[in-house]
Amino acid sequence: MTIQDINTTRRGFIAGSGLVIGVAIAPKMLSAAPTGVHAGGDPALAPMNAFVKIGTDDTVTVLSKHIEFGQGPFTGLATLVAEELDADWSQMRAVHSPTDNKVYANLMFGLQGTGGSSSIANAYEQMRKAGATARAMLVVAAANEWKVPASQITVQKGRIKHAASGKESGFGAFAEKAARLTPPAEPKLKDPKDFVLIGTDLPKLDTHGKTNGTAIFTLDITPNNLLIAVVAHPEHFGATVKSFNDAEARKVQGVVDVKQVPSGIAVYADNTFAALKGRDALSIEWDLSKAETRSSEELSADYRKLFGEKGLEATNNGNVDNAFKAPGLQTVEAEIVFPFLAHAPMEPLDAVFIKADDGSVDIYNGAQFPGMDQEVAAKILGLDQSKVRVNTQLAGGSFGRKAQFGSPYIQEAAAVYAATDRSRPLKHMWTREDDIRGGYYRPMYAHRMRGAINAQGQITAWEQVIVGQSIMGKADLDPTSVEGASNLPYTIPNLKVSAHNVQLAIPPLWWRSVGHTHTGFAVETFVDELFQKIGKDPVEGRLALLGEKPRHAGVLKKAAEMANWGSPVPEGRARGVAVVESFGTFVGQVVEVSVGPEGAPRVHKVWVAVDCGVAVNPNVIKAQMEGGVGYGLGAVLFDAVTLAKGGKIVQSNFHDYRSIRINEMPDVAVEIIKSSEKPSGVGEPGVPPVGPAVANAWRHLTGAPVRQLPIVNIVSA
Amino acid sequence: MVTFTLNGQERTFDGDPDTPLLWVIRDFEKLTGTKYGCGVAQCGACTVHLDGMPRRSCVTTIATIEGSEVVTIEGVSGTEADAVKTAWTGLDVPQCGYCQSGQIMSAVALLQMVPKPTDADIDGAMAGNICRCATYHRIRAAIHNAASAMEG
Repeated sequence: MTIQDINTTRRGFIAGSGLVIGVAIAPKMLSAAPTGVHAGGDPALAPMNAFVKIGTDDTVTVLSKHIEFGQGPFTGLATLVAEELDADWSQMRAVHSPTDNKVYANLMFGLQGTGGSSSIANAYEQMRKAGATARAMLVVAAANEWKVPASQITVQKGRIKHAASGKESGFGAFAEKAARLTPPAEPKLKDPKDFVLIGTDLPKLDTHGKTNGTAIFTLDITPNNLLIAVVAHPEHFGATVKSFNDAEARKVQGVVDVKQVPSGIAVYADNTFAALKGRDALSIEWDLSKAETRSSEELSADYRKLFGEKGLEATNNGNVDNAFKAPGLQTVEAEIVFPFLAHAPMEPLDAVFIKADDGSVDIYNGAQFPGMDQEVAAKILGLDQSKVRVNTQLAGGSFGRKAQFGSPYIQEAAAVYAATDRSRPLKHMWTREDDIRGGYYRPMYAHRMRGAINAQGQITAWEQVIVGQSIMGKADLDPTSVEGASNLPYTIPNLKVSAHNVQLAIPPLWWRSVGHTHTGFAVETFVDELFQKIGKDPVEGRLALLGEKPRHAGVLKKAAEMANWGSPVPEGRARGVAVVESFGTFVGQVVEVSVGPEGAPRVHKVWVAVDCGVAVNPNVIKAQMEGGVGYGLGAVLFDAVTLAKGGKIVQSNFHDYRSIRINEMPDVAVEIIKSSEKPSGVGEPGVPPVGPAVANAWRHLTGAPVRQLPIVNIVSA
Repeated sequence: MVTFTLNGQERTFDGDPDTPLLWVIRDFEKLTGTKYGCGVAQCGACTVHLDGMPRRSCVTTIATIEGSEVVTIEGVSGTEADAVKTAWTGLDVPQCGYCQSGQIMSAVALLQMVPKPTDADIDGAMAGNICRCATYHRIRAAIHNAASAMEG
């Protein structure tokens, strides 16, 4: 691909319907992308509205306002459109939409963005309306052409028909004419009982290109004359460059330039290896005066000192203090410390910058908040926002990593590009080491729990204190620190949950399922311990306290039924259970665990029941549950980013920040609860229950509660 | 100057002999199906076939492959490759998809050596390939399906 190729494919498209705003921009090489069409939609296609374009070849292209990084929005949003359009699945395509915070806003956020497992939830009606609108316009166009009443026209599986006259056509023949019509104000949506595509296992639209190497990710964009840039970062959070010597780096064959940028020292080279070799040859002295120099152990001790102090109140029902003073109580206490976690998506952060002839700049990146990226980059590049086009690309995972307030990654990448004369396209990339050591972690948290059980074996009081950074950067209570605990699903008369915000130089971020990563673990392991103390079965005990939470109870019962809970467990194994609601989706899991060869838990089987309202694509839902189990399990078993004495980051790559591997992956069975509730997301909710379910099974098996993560540390300690 | 075969075509490379094969394939040959994931042979995203055997191209310097045959995801073909790709598509294995070229190259190599692999064989051959989306459950099933299809 050359820059010229890119320029020739840049064309604005104008809406016949008046609904389309935006510009389609794509490198030509994307013609080989998984969906077989240009990102933003081929400009030659007829735009029916901002989300749907139809080609003369009958293809229907859905412009996804949400980034596709494996969680399935291309397939999901296309399903919603196809359903109301009465298209055939084989004619459906999907591409990323252009960047526009208004037209392509996430209706839950008010700006364009993917996160919070919200893609299907926020777009459910919007995409169906987009499909229904396009259908109505095609019908009118056909009626006009055939000179028959629109009411006599039917559409089925991509064919427009008028039975009386025998006339029949695909969509393509009427696309141009339909696009010029005024869209109906309120298109009629189907009654869910008439759905033919929603609720079926349609094959994913992005699978093909992801099995033959043709799917294009940001890292794969390789225009001619491309400059590769990497940045040398400090090994302490908050450190800055004191001085550096680049003499050896500049001697490396292929290194073009070395420059200081706000986040470190940037090395520019003709190819990736030269950039990396050049970076290795730098000699840098770092200023640690503002750096975090405490170790993880010291941080943990400092966090726990806050348990006794007055925190930010999240929930205070009944009177916890009095309840603990009642006579004849048994009390249970637990402290649990959660480590920093890196997201470690397979594709580390990267971005490509290409200047057009008019000085405007195209950015290609896995943009989770593309409008924010655009705003931030424009400022740094000294350009009007209209002169910066963010082209969202398929991303090799994210798990939250690419959803950042103020786009700090794009700040670095744009600063690196801005330091050049922009005569060459530039790709800025992070290595795995940059990624593991780059901060924006799931923060470290410490929980202290106290529970009271009365003489009748009832849980009368629950107190929980949560200490950690505010992901939202709040001075007052951050709901993401306490979600899942402050709204404890169990009916307990006296409940008090509070939090302490901690300030650190280590930037925090949401990590797949956010607060539920730690609150789910703390709540579900602690309640399990209380039931053990009382002598209640973990499933029966939970159900008895979930009287007001039928959807929690529903997935719990289903998972227990799938696992044949209560049946004999194979010798040397134990079962554990957990149920967590996150992002409006309810997931119950039962796991079966033994002691593995290295003394760590070996998880054999996970039974998952999920209630996410209307199941748009059961195949994608099951895949997200399977993946969520693996992602969550890997983290609780193996992962921590730790700071050594003096504050230096210990881990650097997959050898010491382990990922779960195929030999450690349990068998996973998933069942979806049939529901007519509004659909909710599935990208994150599979993650939270697996950790506590495994810890509960481990406690049943070994007698040892899990008070510190990852589990492998306590086993090897 | 290093001469090697890439997907059946003779190629030469006269840059830094320390350059890993991965970056020769991606930066110089512009074949981008082979991915960077770790650079230290921990994740397998860069897996190619070198003289018929799976190899992590990120730690294979170009100077060491004089005269070798390199096959990437773009060039892999034959009964096993067809069966694996069909099985992958049939089960919708990929999520983000970034690691899948490497997964497929490892799976094809496994089936070339062991046409009817057991779960233990799959663990042994595939444990070097990380998938952060954790599509392992479907990878295992797809390999079994591919083996069955080859048998049939």
